[in-house]
Amino acid sequence: MSEATLALPAPRLSAGEALAGWMLTAPAALAFLLMLLAPTLATIALAFTDYELGAPALNWIGLENFAELLQDRGFAIALRNTILYVAIVAPTSVLGGLALAMLIEAGTRGRALFRAIFFLPVVSLPVAMAAAWQYLLHPTIGPLNAALRAVGVAGPNWLSSSDTVLISLAAIGVWENIGFNLVLFLAGLTAIPRELYAAAEVDGAARAWDRFRLVTWPLLGPTTLFVVTITMTRAVRVFDSVAVLTQGGPNKASEVLLYAMYEEGFTYFRLGYSAAITLVFLAIVLALVWLQTRVMERRIHYA
Amino acid sequence: MDGISIAGLGKGFGGAQVLRGVSLGVAAGEFVALLGPSGCGKSTLLRCIAGIERPDSGSIRIGGREVTGLRPSQRDVAMVFQSYALYPHLTVEENVAVPLAMRRLNAAQRLPLIGALLPGTRAARDSITRDVRGAAEALGLGPMLSRRPGQLSGGQRQRVALARAIVRRPAAFLMDEPLSNLDASLRVQTRREIVAIHKAAGVATVYVTHDQSEALTMADRVAVMQAGEILQIAPPAEIYADPQDLRVATFIGSPRINTLDAEADVDGVLRVAGQAVGMRVSGTGPMTLALRPEDLQLAGAGLPAMLEGVEFLGESLLVHLRHAALGTPLVLRLAPEDRETLPPEGEITLRFPFGRALVFNGLGRRVPVHALSPEATTLV
Repeated sequence: MSEATLALPAPRLSAGEALAGWMLTAPAALAFLLMLLAPTLATIALAFTDYELGAPALNWIGLENFAELLQDRGFAIALRNTILYVAIVAPTSVLGGLALAMLIEAGTRGRALFRAIFFLPVVSLPVAMAAAWQYLLHPTIGPLNAALRAVGVAGPNWLSSSDTVLISLAAIGVWENIGFNLVLFLAGLTAIPRELYAAAEVDGAARAWDRFRLVTWPLLGPTTLFVVTITMTRAVRVFDSVAVLTQGGPNKASEVLLYAMYEEGFTYFRLGYSAAITLVFLAIVLALVWLQTRVMERRIHYA
Repeated sequence: MDGISIAGLGKGFGGAQVLRGVSLGVAAGEFVALLGPSGCGKSTLLRCIAGIERPDSGSIRIGGREVTGLRPSQRDVAMVFQSYALYPHLTVEENVAVPLAMRRLNAAQRLPLIGALLPGTRAARDSITRDVRGAAEALGLGPMLSRRPGQLSGGQRQRVALARAIVRRPAAFLMDEPLSNLDASLRVQTRREIVAIHKAAGVATVYVTHDQSEALTMADRVAVMQAGEILQIAPPAEIYADPQDLRVATFIGSPRINTLDAEADVDGVLRVAGQAVGMRVSGTGPMTLALRPEDLQLAGAGLPAMLEGVEFLGESLLVHLRHAALGTPLVLRLAPEDRETLPPEGEITLRFPFGRALVFNGLGRRVPVHALSPEATTLV
């Protein structure tokens, strides 16, 4: 497609036009510089120092922060927990979102209603919702354990037991993400031409699974890729529910990357070390984005 | 009967009745065109035959088998869609292979990687490849087997859709305006190719179109549809020359057939604006006299008409006239060399061969015509 675009000679701008152009882009460029580029560069620089909040001076210590990270048991736990959290939340909320989207798409009534219900968590305030979850999962007065008691099961202490805390947080994460994915998948499903399903039926795709494999899944490819990346990025970023509900506890069983960063930086004021954790986080997110663009170019290319 | 036979098919969407008791028979190896304006129900009828739509009433048999309640995949039909409906993520070869893969491989054998290890997959895949190559070759798709639909022109996509239809030997071909997205010259060329494919396959074919030149040139029989009904089904020449319904007469033919309001008196003598036109019809009351533009002739006496203009079409002339008393527009087709016989302007008179006059009663049904005098061959 790109070969077909004509190579136009670059238009020569007069000085006045160039000035106007710079002035028009200035607000956006300034915002980008001040809000994104400068803090990122500052974080990268800080990661190689021993700066602590309020300290009169800082020293350039090279890779020492990263060497310490490798030895830090707390960081290892945070990384492991984050990976586990993403490994639960991403597939569940992606496949769940797809399943719900297909159910809503197949139904004849209440599409807007169901869409709104499932999308509600996305637009609600995470901190307030966390408080609601605290009540729902409360070991003695919470409705979940009350329901379990009714069928004769003693429910665990969901948020205070190191066996269940990560699962509980992941469940909340799924609840937060599934509506967002659902809406994206619904948009993707609507874009699939109805004729393709008719053609698939005539071609002999008798079962729903055959039509899903032949039409729905491949044509949703670009949507799915986008949903997977955005869900993983959102899951890696988990912070609110941990900060409100568990503070990383009990015994670091729910310690995650961003909460570790927050603790190092704003509880212990070790901003240099905290910046190093942030860089690791940034690397993970960039890797995800890079993977997305690579896959996008390679595989899902059929306009 | 092999082929397709449809009896009393009815279908409504919401409150609108789209098909009103349609019955149609297509013999094995026959090519039937469903012709009608948009919204007449022709596509719905085709989709009912394919099984994509479920009719409210009536029955459908394909290849001697009752299929009314069956799913499309069980009906043994192949369909070409107006939008082609190719799978955009599959190559040309894979697209054409889909109908075969769905039938010759089971669900496990179709799985990627694992499927290849199962017994029988290899042999089935080989037979599929052989048949796909054959169909692609027949449509000149050989050089583009590994391309995706997005990399093909409209005409090439259309061929892929055709190849996907013919790769299997179905009991019926169903085509839904397959040429409407092609440009004019490609359309004329592909028209002949589809006829050739049909001849070679010898499969009952239903071809939906709103283009009368497609229907008349391609089909063994044309079914003219309007408002959810088949008005007439007959070979193209008969549809043109011997329409049984005024709506068929006016829908077929370009320019449109000339229609004049007429009146049959108690004896059945037909008059146009009071002027007897030399024939008697069965019935009385208001009638419509319909005459093809090429059946009108310039004459010394006859129907009076005012000359309004002449169009030169190359192989013929279209003379635009208006009936002097009724004010009804008339079109007369002449050979170009007859131009000299036309006066530059003013009133002329027209006559027509008796055998070509089509008369319809007040309900639009054709009524038989008798000449007033036995020896008359041309009328006023």
